[in-house]
Amino acid sequence: MTLVYILAFIAIAGLLGFVTHDRWRVNLLLAVSALAVYALQPALPVRGLDYYLPTITLALAALTWVLTTPRETRSWKANWPAAALLGGIVLALALTRYLGFSLPLTASRPPQTLVVLAILAVAVVLGLLVTRFTSPGKTALTLAFIFVLLFFVFLKVPALSLQLSLFLRTLNEQSLATASPLDVRWLGFSYVAFRLLHTIRDRQSGRLPPVSLAEYVVYIIFFPALSAGPIDRIERFVSDLRRPLQRTSEDWGEAGKRLVIGLFKKFALADTLAIIALNGTNALQVNTTGWAWVILYAYAFQLYLDFSGYTDIAIGIGRLLGFKLPENFNAPYLKPNLTQFWNNWHMTLTQWFRAYFFNPVTRALRSGKKPLSIPVIILITQIGTMVLIGLWHGVTLNFVIWGLCHGIGLFVHNRWSERTKARFAALSPNWQKTLNVGGALLTFHFVILTWVFFALPEPSVSFHFFQTLFGGA
Amino acid sequence: MDARFLRNVLLKSLTLFLVFDFLVAFLPAGIGKVSLYNSLFEGRLRFPFGEDSARSYNLSLFDLDAMFAAHIINSAPKPADEYRVILIGDSSTWGTLLRPDETLSGQLDSAGLTACDGRTVRVYNLGYPTVSLTKDLMVLDYALRYDPDLILWPLTLESFPLDKQLSSPIVANNAARVDDLITRYSLSLDPADPDLVRPGFWGLTLIGQRRALADLIRLQLYGVLWSATGIDQTYPADYTRAQTDFDTDITYHGQTGPTLDENQLSFDIFDAVLSAAGDIPVILVNEPILISAGENSHLRYNFLYPRWAYDDWRQMMQSMAAARGWNYLDLWNLIPAEQFTNSAIHVTPAAETFVVEQVKLSIQEQICP
Repeated sequence: MTLVYILAFIAIAGLLGFVTHDRWRVNLLLAVSALAVYALQPALPVRGLDYYLPTITLALAALTWVLTTPRETRSWKANWPAAALLGGIVLALALTRYLGFSLPLTASRPPQTLVVLAILAVAVVLGLLVTRFTSPGKTALTLAFIFVLLFFVFLKVPALSLQLSLFLRTLNEQSLATASPLDVRWLGFSYVAFRLLHTIRDRQSGRLPPVSLAEYVVYIIFFPALSAGPIDRIERFVSDLRRPLQRTSEDWGEAGKRLVIGLFKKFALADTLAIIALNGTNALQVNTTGWAWVILYAYAFQLYLDFSGYTDIAIGIGRLLGFKLPENFNAPYLKPNLTQFWNNWHMTLTQWFRAYFFNPVTRALRSGKKPLSIPVIILITQIGTMVLIGLWHGVTLNFVIWGLCHGIGLFVHNRWSERTKARFAALSPNWQKTLNVGGALLTFHFVILTWVFFALPEPSVSFHFFQTLFGGA
Repeated sequence: MDARFLRNVLLKSLTLFLVFDFLVAFLPAGIGKVSLYNSLFEGRLRFPFGEDSARSYNLSLFDLDAMFAAHIINSAPKPADEYRVILIGDSSTWGTLLRPDETLSGQLDSAGLTACDGRTVRVYNLGYPTVSLTKDLMVLDYALRYDPDLILWPLTLESFPLDKQLSSPIVANNAARVDDLITRYSLSLDPADPDLVRPGFWGLTLIGQRRALADLIRLQLYGVLWSATGIDQTYPADYTRAQTDFDTDITYHGQTGPTLDENQLSFDIFDAVLSAAGDIPVILVNEPILISAGENSHLRYNFLYPRWAYDDWRQMMQSMAAARGWNYLDLWNLIPAEQFTNSAIHVTPAAETFVVEQVKLSIQEQICP
C-alpha cells in the first residue's frame, strides 16, 4: 500500500466517520471497501486479471455469505441494496474503460464490458441458485471450505501459480514465454481467505452470528485491514459496526497517535532499513561476518516495523471509522521466551491457528481411543501449527524449515519451562529479571536466525548465509 | 484526552515543523561533509554514481562535499610515505562496467609503483561519469585540498563542446561552485545560463531540500552494503554493445566541418584545469576510442565522432601539446574495436590493461625522470 493510498484512506475514514446513519454507514463502508479491493490490486501482466481478481474477491465474499447464512435470515428485501451496490461497482468500474483518461481505481484498463456483464450474470444466477436451493448444511460448508483452501493453495504453490498463469495466458492468447508465478499476485487474498475460513468454520460449529450481506462483505474486505490485517473475528467486528458511531476526542487522539506512529514505522524506519536488509541477492554477496549480522538485524527490525506499522495504520484508520481493531504486535522482540514471542507477534494470525487448528487437533489427539502422551501431542500440534503458518506465507521448502524450527523451538521451550518453572518461581526477583533478559536475548537471536529461512528463497542460499554469519564463508 | 489538548498538540507540532523547516534554509552549506564513510564504513574507491541503487548499492547525488566525504581519499591526511596520484575524467576513468580494481586507477594502484624517493604511489579514482570539462575543473578544484603529487587526466573531444559544459546534472546543480570557478578562472560561461539550477528561498528549506537530504541518508545506508559486498555498480551479463553501423550524418554539435570552430570548444576551461593544477604535474591522456569498421565508418569513427571532427581536434591537441610542452599521451587508437563494451569510450578489463601499461611508463618517467 503506497503512502498516497494510505493518506486517501485516512481522509476517507475521517469523512466517513461523520456518517452516523446506520444503513448509510454500512453501505458507504461497503462501497469504499469494494473500491479499495480494486484500487489496491497491483497491475498484472495477464490481460484483465487485475480486474477479475478483485471481482472474484467480491463474488467469493457474497457467495460465502449466502452459504454461511441460514435461509430464513438471508432476506432479499433486506439485502438487495448491498447486492446491487456490489454489482453496480463491478459494472461501473468496467465502464471506466470508455473514459478518455485512467482512474486510479483499477490497475489497468478494465476488460470488455460484455465479458464483465456475462460474468455478473453468471454470478447472479449462481447466487440465486445457491440462495434458492441451499442452506448452510454440512456438505455445502465443507465444500466451500475446501474450495477456498484450494484457491489459497493455487496461489501459494509457485508451480501451481505458474500453471494457472500459463492457462490464463493461453486463454488470452498471450505469450507463454514470460509466464511467472507472480502473474497471479492477488492482493489481500491471504487475509480474505482466513476471514472466509473463519466464518465457514464458525457456521459449521454454530457460533457464527447472523449478519447481513453488507455487514459480512465489509468484514471480509474492510479496507484498512485488507492488505496486512489484522484478522478480526466477525462477531467482534460486527458489534463495532452496529454500535452507534460517536467519535470522541479520545478516538481522534488515539487514531492520530496510531497513524503517526504507523506511518513513521513504515515509511521512515522500515523503508529505510529495507535498503540494507537481508534479501536473496545480498545474502550471496556479503563477504564478512560482521556485516552479515548487520543486514540480518536490519531485516529483523524492518520486518517488524513494516508489519506493525501497517497494523498501527489499520488500527488508526479503523478508529476513525469507529472500529477497535485487534492488536497484532506487542513488543515481541522483548519477550523472554518463544511461547511469549508467538503470543505477541502477529497475534491475530496465531489466534486464528490456535482456534482452528491447534485446539481442535489437540482435542482430537487427546480424545482418541489410545490417547498419545502429552509431550507427543504438544510436539505434533506445535510443529503442525508452525509449519502451517510457514506454508501460509508461501509453499516453499524454506517456509517449511522455518515452521519446523519454530515448532521444535516451542516444544523445547514448553518442556523446559515445565521442568524449571518451580525452580524459576523460587528465585529472587533480581535473578528472575536477569534470566528474563538473558531469555529475551536468546529468543530474539533464535527468531532472527530463523528469519534467514523466511527471508531467503532457497535452503542453499540460507545455508550459504549461515556460513557467512558464523565465519565459515 | 480532550479536544483542547488535541488542538494544542496539532498547533504546537505544526509550529515546530514550520520553524524547523525555515531554520534549515539558514544553515550554512556543507552538511554533506558529515559522513559515516571512512569511519564506520570503508571509503568508496570511486565517486557515488548509479541509477539502479537497489542492485548497485550506489546512487547519484549532486553534493560534492558528500561525494568526497564518501571517497577513500578522505580517509586520512596524506601519509609522508605516499606519492599521491589523482585521476579525473569521465565514465572511462570512473570505470563503467569495470570493477573498482579493474579501472585504470585500480590497476595503476596495484601496479606497485614507487617514486625515486621511496614513496609508494597511491592512485585515486576521481572520475565521474559525465563528459564536461567544467565538471573536471570542479572536481579538480575540490581535490587539490587532498595534496596530490600528480594529476592524470584522461579526456576526449566530447568533453569540449560549449553545450556540454553546464548540462551535466552535477554541474547544473552546483551553480554556486560554477559561479566561483567562472570568477576565479575568468571562464566564458554564462552565470545566467538556464541549465544552472538556482534554488530560491523555498528550495533551501527542509521541504525544498528533501530530495538532497534523502539522497545523503541513502548514501550513508548504502555504505553498509558497499562495505559488506564491495559492489558499487551492476555488471549485466548482457548489455547493448557500442554502435558500429551509422547513417551518413557527419554533424558534430551543429558543425559540419571540414574543421572545428575553436570558439565552439571550451579551450578556456581546459586551460583553467591546467592552471588550477599549478605546479602539480599533469599527464594528459587522449582516451582510446572505438574505431568502427561498420557501415559508413569511413564517415564516422563511432557514435560520438565524425572522422573530420575528431581528426581535427586530435591535430589541435597534438599541436598545442608540442607547442606548450604538455606531458601528452595520445592513445586514441590503442584498443581494437572488439574490446569496447557499451560505448565508444568504455573498454573491457583486458583492454584497460593495455592503457595501464602505457600510462605506467609515463608515470614512471614523471616520478623518476
